Amino acid sequence: MSTTSTATASPATVLPSRASRLAGFVRSDGFPWIPVLILATVLGLAIFANAVAPYNPEIGSLGERFKPPAWQTGGSERYFLGTDHLGRDVLSRLIFGARVSVIVGFCAVVIAGVIGTFLGILSGYLGGWVDQVVMRITDTWLALPGVTFAIFLAAITGPSMWNIVIILAAVYWTRYARVIRGEVLSLRERDFVRLAIVAGCSKWKIMRRHLLPNVLNTAIVLATLQLGVVIIAEATLSFLGVGVPPPQPAWGLMLADGKKGMMAGYWWLTVLPGCCIMLMVLSANLIGDWLRVKFDPQLRQL
Amino acid sequence: MKRYIVKRAGYALISLFLLSVTIFLFVRVTGDPVVLLVEPGASKDDIEMVRQQLGLDRSLWIQYVSFMSSLLQGDFGKSFYYRTPVLELYLSRLPHSLALAAAAMVFSLIVGIPTGIIAAVRVNGWWDSAGKIFALLGLSLPAFWVGLVLILVFSVYLGWLPSSGSGTVWHLVMPAVSLGWVFAAAHMRLTRSSMLDVLGSEYIKLARLKGLPEALVISKHALKNALIPVLTLAGINLVLMVNVAIVVETVFAWPGIGRLLFEGISFRDFPVVQATVILGGAMIIVVNFVVDLLYAVIDPRIRYER
Repeated sequence: MSTTSTATASPATVLPSRASRLAGFVRSDGFPWIPVLILATVLGLAIFANAVAPYNPEIGSLGERFKPPAWQTGGSERYFLGTDHLGRDVLSRLIFGARVSVIVGFCAVVIAGVIGTFLGILSGYLGGWVDQVVMRITDTWLALPGVTFAIFLAAITGPSMWNIVIILAAVYWTRYARVIRGEVLSLRERDFVRLAIVAGCSKWKIMRRHLLPNVLNTAIVLATLQLGVVIIAEATLSFLGVGVPPPQPAWGLMLADGKKGMMAGYWWLTVLPGCCIMLMVLSANLIGDWLRVKFDPQLRQL
Repeated sequence: MKRYIVKRAGYALISLFLLSVTIFLFVRVTGDPVVLLVEPGASKDDIEMVRQQLGLDRSLWIQYVSFMSSLLQGDFGKSFYYRTPVLELYLSRLPHSLALAAAAMVFSLIVGIPTGIIAAVRVNGWWDSAGKIFALLGLSLPAFWVGLVLILVFSVYLGWLPSSGSGTVWHLVMPAVSLGWVFAAAHMRLTRSSMLDVLGSEYIKLARLKGLPEALVISKHALKNALIPVLTLAGINLVLMVNVAIVVETVFAWPGIGRLLFEGISFRDFPVVQATVILGGAMIIVVNFVVDLLYAVIDPRIRYER
């Protein structure tokens, strides 16, 4: 039964090609161009940081400390966004910091999403003790606020970027599991699943071919919304000194450094990295919101 | 009803148990905890001595049992840095965190609820759009950055407010705003959607048909019912605030339990870290349990769910 799932197209009912469906999607109502462009720019900067950044982000000249941005008195065009307390160019550090945010953000979200979706489907469909175990763990981990848990874990394990990725994934997978499980609980009562059972599909096949594609929308929406959360979490960890270790530039770390110069009025060290974080998170949230409304018309009122 | 309470209590206890196991295991399994406890550069003999003293050479099971038994007696160990019992330290800092959380909660409700109400009453109007932007910003700005920018503006440039420490009401303003900001956005969103739900219901339609002035309809009939979920969420959020205040407390040097956790991490004061996380999590589990109970009391449908 499952081998003939793709429609045998007669000339009169040709399905639109992938490319044209994608084009239709992009042209659809209210497609968030600006957030997507922002995220694409951040992604591009992260990948091509070596080529784009004017200076080495980790080495500074101590003679040029605390220079303000170019448009203020005392600033120069050479260090367009100013320098920090070690004379490192802020613009270059911001660009390289994007790399950390992108890697940590995307990787943690993808890993958490995969684990969470998998366990959510398993727990929702199989029920029984599997469900109970997964739910108890999820409840416990959801009891601790994500940031606190992450800080705790980061403090015990050593500081490194990949540790942070693993920690954030380990903390945030429970969000997915909960939601996906709820969806699967309602999906498994639907007719197409029942028919699949009657037809003799194995449990794994049902979960993979019938349940998974249907929860994918929710998972993707959740992932985009989680991206913002994870980026803020990473910035928080770096700010507290348990995140990405120096001298690798990370926006949160720049904020921590910037705090030292704040009382003296070196505002650019605080405001600029924060703006970057805000732009990235805002874009992710806007895209997530748009996807959510697009995939579920019922939510449009919210 | 009784079955429900017992079931929920059971879940809460299991969560508490799992929490203690998780924290316990994580600390002991990710690297040798003795190394965390001694001065860097200690000799092997010293390490062995400390290990025996602290009983870390016993099997994991026995360690866990002794850990739990002392925990249940209220003994969370001694802080290495302050040399006082951790529980004492924690309880001395807790009131500050509660004060901050309360102030932040007041801020978030004062800002969130009226904004949400107006946004709902004038749906899709100018105020609604502004509210949506505010909600989005609330989610997108890290609390500590809000704090830093506030310090920059109000302490460094304007010199109106003190930048750190505690003591007077003025010290409380900026931390409360930074902490409450995120929650203000959440409360606004919830108030708005809850209000929209209520405004669409039958008895409101009846009130309007009866010819009551709109202001009365909203304030007398709609508001009370709309606020129930908001206040419930606020209650849960209060406990959450106490726990996530760590960054805000660090930025403003506010002497609460969040700062205690941070100090514990900086000084590698491992009993403090352990106790703070466990107590924080336990607080949330207990509050969630109480809220579940209250829900069952208020809404009979929940009691009889499968």
